[in-house]
Amino acid sequence: MDRSESVMTENRHEKLGLTDEDVLAIYRDMLLTRRLDERMWLLNRSGKINFVVSGQGQEAAQIGAGFALEKGTDYLAPYYRDMGLMLNFGMSAKEIMLHGFAKAEDPNSGGRQMPGHYGYRAKNIITGSSPVTTQVPHAVGFALAAKLKKQAFVTLATLGDGSTNQGDFHEGLNFAGVHQLPVITFVQNNKYAISVPLDKQVASRNIAVRAESYGMPGVQVDGNDPLAVYEAVRNAKERAINGEGPSLIEAVTDRLTAHSSDDNDKLYRTEEEINEMKENDCVHTFAAYLTDLGILTKEKSEAMDKEIKQEINEATKYAEAAPLPDPATLMDYVYEPKGVE
Amino acid sequence: MAETTYIQAITQAMQEELKKDENVFVLGEDVGAKGGVFRATDGLFDEFGTDRVIDTPLTESAIAGVGIGAAMYGMRPVAEMQFVDFILPAVNQIVSEAAKIRYRSNNDWHCPITIRAPYGGGVSGALYHSQSLEAMFSNQPGLKIVMPSSPYDAKGLLKAAIRDNDPVLFLEHKRAYRFLKEEIPEEEYVLPIGEAAVKREGSDVTVITYGLNVHLAEQAAENLAKEDIDVHLLDLRTVYPLDQSAIIQAASKTGKVLLVTEDNKEGSVIGEVAAIIAEHCLFELDAPVERLAGPDVPAMPYAANLEKEFMVDETKIEQAIRSLALF
Amino acid sequence: MAKKEIRMPKLGESVTEGTINHWFVKVGDHVDEYDPLADVMTDKVNAEIPSSFTGTIQELIAEEGETVEVDGLIGYIDVEADEAEVSREESPAAQDESEKIVDNSAKTSPSQQSRPTNKGQKNKTRYSPAVMNLANEHNLDLTNINGTGAGGRITRKDVEKYLSGHFSRNLDTPKDPEPEIPAPSDLKPGDKEIPLTGVRKVIADNMVRSSNEIPHAWMTVEVDVTDLVRYRDKIKDSFKEREGFSITYFAFFVEAVTRALKEYPQLNCVWKEDKIVQRNDVNMSIAVAKDEELFVPVIKNAEEKSIQGIAKSINHLAMNARVGHLKPEDMTGGTFTLNNTGTFGSVSSMGIINHPQVAILQVESIVKRPVIINDMFAARDIVNLSLSLDHRVLDGLICGRFLTRVKEILEGMNEDTLQI
Repeated sequence: MDRSESVMTENRHEKLGLTDEDVLAIYRDMLLTRRLDERMWLLNRSGKINFVVSGQGQEAAQIGAGFALEKGTDYLAPYYRDMGLMLNFGMSAKEIMLHGFAKAEDPNSGGRQMPGHYGYRAKNIITGSSPVTTQVPHAVGFALAAKLKKQAFVTLATLGDGSTNQGDFHEGLNFAGVHQLPVITFVQNNKYAISVPLDKQVASRNIAVRAESYGMPGVQVDGNDPLAVYEAVRNAKERAINGEGPSLIEAVTDRLTAHSSDDNDKLYRTEEEINEMKENDCVHTFAAYLTDLGILTKEKSEAMDKEIKQEINEATKYAEAAPLPDPATLMDYVYEPKGVE
Repeated sequence: MAETTYIQAITQAMQEELKKDENVFVLGEDVGAKGGVFRATDGLFDEFGTDRVIDTPLTESAIAGVGIGAAMYGMRPVAEMQFVDFILPAVNQIVSEAAKIRYRSNNDWHCPITIRAPYGGGVSGALYHSQSLEAMFSNQPGLKIVMPSSPYDAKGLLKAAIRDNDPVLFLEHKRAYRFLKEEIPEEEYVLPIGEAAVKREGSDVTVITYGLNVHLAEQAAENLAKEDIDVHLLDLRTVYPLDQSAIIQAASKTGKVLLVTEDNKEGSVIGEVAAIIAEHCLFELDAPVERLAGPDVPAMPYAANLEKEFMVDETKIEQAIRSLALF
Repeated sequence: MAKKEIRMPKLGESVTEGTINHWFVKVGDHVDEYDPLADVMTDKVNAEIPSSFTGTIQELIAEEGETVEVDGLIGYIDVEADEAEVSREESPAAQDESEKIVDNSAKTSPSQQSRPTNKGQKNKTRYSPAVMNLANEHNLDLTNINGTGAGGRITRKDVEKYLSGHFSRNLDTPKDPEPEIPAPSDLKPGDKEIPLTGVRKVIADNMVRSSNEIPHAWMTVEVDVTDLVRYRDKIKDSFKEREGFSITYFAFFVEAVTRALKEYPQLNCVWKEDKIVQRNDVNMSIAVAKDEELFVPVIKNAEEKSIQGIAKSINHLAMNARVGHLKPEDMTGGTFTLNNTGTFGSVSSMGIINHPQVAILQVESIVKRPVIINDMFAARDIVNLSLSLDHRVLDGLICGRFLTRVKEILEGMNEDTLQI
């Protein structure tokens, strides 16, 4: 259907208290995330960076969730596809590139961790690892600290659908439920754990329902719609801050790429399935929503594209030329440096 | 002045630190109203309340993981594993997370958690309440492992662990809890992590050990003094990372070294001590480095006679020292 | 314009090569940075590889269907001048490397110089257990040995070299002037320095190794060779006339031992650290004395030779030994050693096993001894055979049987059984 012919696109963001600038900002973050991710793949395929694990298709879920949180106050315990949340929480494209190239200036790890292994204390982003779901108990620990220190912040743990089978998911949620802690567990259900589809991963009818066992509400939302995700996270945050305890949110999304730059998803997904996902690509559908409402004009869109391309080019150039970590620093920070607090 | 038991010293350390720093809190199974299955947290719940002394669900990975999260935020959690035998579900959190947080974030984050766990046998605990698992954690840079040998050390080292800005695994010998008692100072003191202590100066044979075996070696040394065998005794206190210079010094002192652990012999912490001696003390050695350790069976059996056979004791240490002295 | 290389990227963590499925570009095409160049297939992924430069394709080296190693050259691109600055090979890094290399060499050369001069001697008297062990075994005064280790420490090698130097101390001026090993540097005025030749080094190395490594055990049997002596006395002149060289007793002993070894191959072995190899051929090492030296050449395939053949080999090897014509290969491959200690007048000795063999037999002097036969004294020709065995491989039982068999064979050698 030609968009110009659409009769009436309902303005849903006003009802959520979001301005036109807000939704444009959401879209810009989504687009920047997508373009940056695409550049990572090109750099990988040119042999310049060794590894990419991407969140293409999950931008709506990530930016929608991030937009509901307060920067500098709320905490994030991310997982490896969360580039969108990183950008939304204030990590720059340049910093993400420095991380991808494993350069000394990488704020996440100083070139120590693989791409996608985020952590940035100044931005309230908790450091993560590769074994999945360990971040869920960490987020619960932050929430416990919030309760003990009587601080009004919420901690959002993100993870994939496969991770909801790990012990740490159940142990963490149960702990949070028992102690009624201000933590939001945000599952980005892209329907695959690498190659194994959801129905071979999860026995319950969906993931949200798992919340019931742990004494907290569980909701399932359309993860391709940033506004739906925003609303769910905002509600969960309100509950948490009001002392009503934890929540589980399942955002149903798509993974548009292979699991990582080392994976070939044609081995386990059909061309039709992939094409169908691309029809529903959240970056396009949200652009359409904004265009229909006249918020995203052709001029604005072109200007935004240009600006983002430049931002990414500069980030790439800077990161590629930046120095690698000094080998002399290999032994640094195993323990606290002596004589420093 | 009254004598303080090993477990009382541990309770005192936690009590003092809870009082001193509001960021300190205790979490674990049965640590609240009950005061712990060994009563290590006795009285703390009454004094500090449910928020500071938290009964957790039966869930070791979350006890560690939630503690790690709180520690990253800036709290100083003291997590209790009921027995070190039950720490295994938390290994991913301790090894992949706690030990690596400072390094992987390039010093952006750190994790000041203390994980306490009772270890060791001789209490009819059988396979799953008697193990010594320190070796499993003792090749994880980023982690510190403290194993005190006396009430005095237990108190001073636990206080240091709680104040340390890196994760500390604090292993307490459960037979020592009420078996070891001594007078300890009333005024506050803290002991340094990472430093071994010479418990006895001697010139014939050096014994290097840790935990409860330090006490047994002291007894053996006293008996041997009557035979004019003069024992030099080094208590490792921190088994990871090891105090290399103290080990080298102690080994060089006599040139005859007996290493003692209650753990299974192969792959134990004292194997690493032997390696340090091999690397540094070739010209000081006067006899092969000897190891006295538990046998290489999966864990300690229940039957009293089998348990006795497994355990290192005073007599076994005494014999091993004597044969080295005669070498 | 600058010519830049297009290389095969590493597509995946464990991937080592990629196959060009299809080139999207041809020579002369203009490409922008990140434009796809080729479709590449690997074990893990199929991927379009993008251009790292903006420029014009100059040459495509890899053909479609060709598999190229990661980082292998697949083409060239002409790059516009300003683009050329950001090149793949970051020049600062490359510079760093070369500086490092220079640094290294600058650092290593002084230390290399300092090593042989040994200015510090603080470790001169720090003896390792291995060195002490060697010193005890060979009754050495370690203060005479020069240490080449850190701080002047005497290494095990230093002692071994010193020991092999000792072996050569009394040698004649060698024909081969090439020095193999630096001479011991504890020379005093008037001392003569004699370099080791290849042959002598083989002897020395084997001896030191043998006495270090092998746990030796010994046993001796007494053999009555009266009949053999009688026979040999009878034929020796005619033999010499016929063959041009003497027939020695030793040839008979080689024959007897070779036959016994075929029956007891356990002794015809070589030690190989993780295993023992039992040899089919009997390659008899024979000790040939010359002045104060001992050479150990080998009679190859002794089991195929007659007593005459053996005698001929012995003669040949002994001649070569005496004129210094033995080559190292003449001394290798031995499976058992027979040592003619009788030529020194010895009646009892303990041989050092010739590594990697597992036994050595000493043939002592044949002496006339009164022996009681049928309750009557008789003057008999008696010889002691002393066997040294590697106790890792052999034990007394098998060696006893072997010696008994040698004794039987020798005592059975007489006019009737021998045809020379």
